[in-house]
Amino acid sequence: MTALSVASVVENRPAAVPQAVPKAEAKGLSFYYGDFRALKNLDLVVHEHRVTALIGPSGCGKSTFLRCFNRMHDLYPGNRYEGEIRLYPDNTNLLSSEVDPIEVRMRLSMVFQKPNPFPKSIFENVAYGLRVRGERSRRTLADKVEQALRSAALWNEVKDRLHEPAFNLSGGQQQRLCIARALATDPEMLLFDEPTSALDPIATASIEELISELKSRVTILIVTHNMQQAARVSDYTAYMYLGELIEFGPTDELFIKPKRKETEDYITGRFG
Amino acid sequence: MGATEHISKAFEADLEGTRTRVLQMGGLVEQQILAAMRAYASGDGALVEQVIDTDKRVNGYEVSIDSACNHIVVRRQPAASDLRLIMGISKIVTDLERIGDEAEKIARMARALHEHGPKHAQRFPAVRHAADTAVAMLRRALDAFARLDAGAAAEVLKEDPAIDAEFTAVLRQLITYMMEDPRTISAALDIVWVAKAVERIGDHAKNVAEQVIYIVRGTDVRHTSFADVERELARE
Repeated sequence: MTALSVASVVENRPAAVPQAVPKAEAKGLSFYYGDFRALKNLDLVVHEHRVTALIGPSGCGKSTFLRCFNRMHDLYPGNRYEGEIRLYPDNTNLLSSEVDPIEVRMRLSMVFQKPNPFPKSIFENVAYGLRVRGERSRRTLADKVEQALRSAALWNEVKDRLHEPAFNLSGGQQQRLCIARALATDPEMLLFDEPTSALDPIATASIEELISELKSRVTILIVTHNMQQAARVSDYTAYMYLGELIEFGPTDELFIKPKRKETEDYITGRFG
Repeated sequence: MGATEHISKAFEADLEGTRTRVLQMGGLVEQQILAAMRAYASGDGALVEQVIDTDKRVNGYEVSIDSACNHIVVRRQPAASDLRLIMGISKIVTDLERIGDEAEKIARMARALHEHGPKHAQRFPAVRHAADTAVAMLRRALDAFARLDAGAAAEVLKEDPAIDAEFTAVLRQLITYMMEDPRTISAALDIVWVAKAVERIGDHAKNVAEQVIYIVRGTDVRHTSFADVERELARE
């Protein structure tokens, strides 16, 4: 936040998180559901090993934007992208027709609003992506599944019942299982689409804690309706409205001193 | 704050209600200083009691406004200008309460002074003049708060050095006075305390003005030079 001069003398937290490197970048991105233009010429940089939150009222395009990152929209006919999303450091345009969407989804995994484990065992849920990728070694599978479950802070709760159906888990555990499943393929980015809106406050807190831990390994982009959640977990926040990016900045700044009146009105509950 | 109102009427009412109470508290504190300075000039014992009595109400305002701020934080999780308003108010009431304490101090000193003999106080109109300046600063700081006017708040900051200079002048005068006639030392020391209290009131009024700038602009201008503040306010 803003201070003129004295605060820097005693400021003992590291200055504004050192050197954020771009991990992905939307450039002139527009998206159409048929004739409807849902995203309008977005430019946004997602920084590596940071959590970026997308906030905005229903229908503002934040989920649409998130889904562009792993080409989810390809699954429905009539959808169309314009512009590009670059993934760094290899500078791949994720939206290019030459890029295989299946491969994109291995590199950028999605976690959804409602926990959606497959009707399989806990183990098989996590192993699924690895098998799709062609992993056959039982040893490697077991290791990677354990690793992913540990990263998702679920291992201790499920290690003795890996072969039980995933549906036996509680809602919060199912969501962490979905995060483990997403992590198993070693993605570079995790995309969260309102990951806690179906969970109670305790399960929500554990998912938020997990997000903070995971950012040292992956870059995180999260859509949330809960502004306090955005304030708690994210390093950067983007406010979207009617398919446009209104304001983007460090989360502290955006929540204490937003630059745009539209942002101010939304986060203070003046939006009408 | 801002042209649009909150969707939640109750939130809007809570914020407005709290702001109004800050202004009421400010008005009360202002009356307290004026009464204390009249007691200083006249030695009126009833006025002294009145100032001391008013302080209880001022303290009550501080506690109840702080509790209203807690209520708003816990119920509404305010952000942006609402957050700055609540944080600012919670600091402003501390300064207003301290001003109340200083006024009470002046009243008590006035009583002691007139017990030493009324002639001394009248010889130091400079203290009364400094007090007028301090009251004017407080009034303008509160006015800037009421109108959320950062420019008006900055003008208040400009005044503070004048009070500090007046305090130094009073001190110099009193030293001469005490050297001329050591029997006046006791009374002169009382006057020093009054002058010091007035100087502190100026400081607290300045703090209030700084919080107004923070509320309006989101810039923390405490402990910075006036030139920096002006530069900051010129930025848009």
